[in-house]
Amino acid sequence: MSFQFTVSPDFTPDHISGWYIFNTWLQQQANLAIHLEMYNDFHDQREAIKVDNVDLIYANPFDAAMLVREKGFKPLVKPVGESDEAIVAVHVDNHVEDVAHLQAGVRVAVTEDPDVHMMGMIMLEPGDLDASNVEIIDSDTYVLVAKHLLKNEADVGIFLAEAYDDLSNMIKKQLRILVRSQISVIHHSLMIGPRLLEQHKNISNILVNMHNDTKGKGVLESLNFQQWEVVDDEEMEFMIDLMDTLTM
Amino acid sequence: MLHDMKPEDVKGEYQEVTLDLYGGVSRKILYTDIETAYPDGKLIVSTTDKEGVITHVNQSFIEMSGFVEDELIGAPHSILRHPDMPPAAFQDLWDTVNKGVKWQGFVKNLRKDGGYYWVKATVIPNVRNGGVAGYTSVRRKPSRTKVEECIKLYPTLF
Repeated sequence: MSFQFTVSPDFTPDHISGWYIFNTWLQQQANLAIHLEMYNDFHDQREAIKVDNVDLIYANPFDAAMLVREKGFKPLVKPVGESDEAIVAVHVDNHVEDVAHLQAGVRVAVTEDPDVHMMGMIMLEPGDLDASNVEIIDSDTYVLVAKHLLKNEADVGIFLAEAYDDLSNMIKKQLRILVRSQISVIHHSLMIGPRLLEQHKNISNILVNMHNDTKGKGVLESLNFQQWEVVDDEEMEFMIDLMDTLTM
Repeated sequence: MLHDMKPEDVKGEYQEVTLDLYGGVSRKILYTDIETAYPDGKLIVSTTDKEGVITHVNQSFIEMSGFVEDELIGAPHSILRHPDMPPAAFQDLWDTVNKGVKWQGFVKNLRKDGGYYWVKATVIPNVRNGGVAGYTSVRRKPSRTKVEECIKLYPTLF
């Protein structure tokens, strides 16, 4: 029997090959047949989850709640020292210095990334802005969010901080950060589904020791991670509760 | 355990009042007009047990409250209670979360140094194994417009 692994579509494109290498390494270590399926967008991935096609997932915090509460997934590990943060940026020529000075009707460029969208909208609240009084401009990638700002097709862009930092210097020179979140407690997690649950302890042990293995260390580096650490059920429940407070 | 505030901890000119808090506890409050602005991009997070005793705080909570972590863990959450907050607001909070529903509101919190800071707070019951194990409270930066509305409204609710 082959199991299916997938990665939240909000990963940095630079790391696509890293995830394929990771999957190959994990199959070998766990002696399991695992197929990595990369979905182009959140819609396709959620459809696969809905029909129980997914057994292992590097999930964003927004989807983690659904995976635990509705699909019986359990957390395994998270990358040490990594957290999801968002940035609200404007064109460098924009005279607005503070979110509080933005006006209703601003055009906000976002991606489909649900937790980054949420964190960005929270950072716009001090300006009395919410979904009812901004114009949302959907973009497929963070590079396109930046382009909307550069072409004056959007006034404000919401970025995953890591994706913003990875933009070329030429693009970043033309943008200005209004707010960078410092939330620290929201993070992606590797999660395991019901069909693979009997492998929970085994896979968890393999992953937390991954950085001690020469090949494993190289694989982690290809993902830009240092090492994995365990996420226990209570930590995941805490993050789900926290996400719940933020969706209000 | 909740102690009376001490003049040596307070910065600036202060007023004094004694507040009756949850659980039949009274506390002498020394409070000033000094506001600390909510930091951009941060969340203040804490958890309490079912009785409202603090079990966890994050770094932003510590920085904004002015206490050290050891003074907060084990203290009732009402350690932040500012005399300008109408009791009706907290009654609504408890009535709401006791129904298992999220509560949200704008709150003026008291600092250890007698100053204050405004937050937009959301409180959620932590349901574990089918029962409420405690509460998580998350505060974010409020809009100034909403704060100004509360400054006008809250004195009328006493």
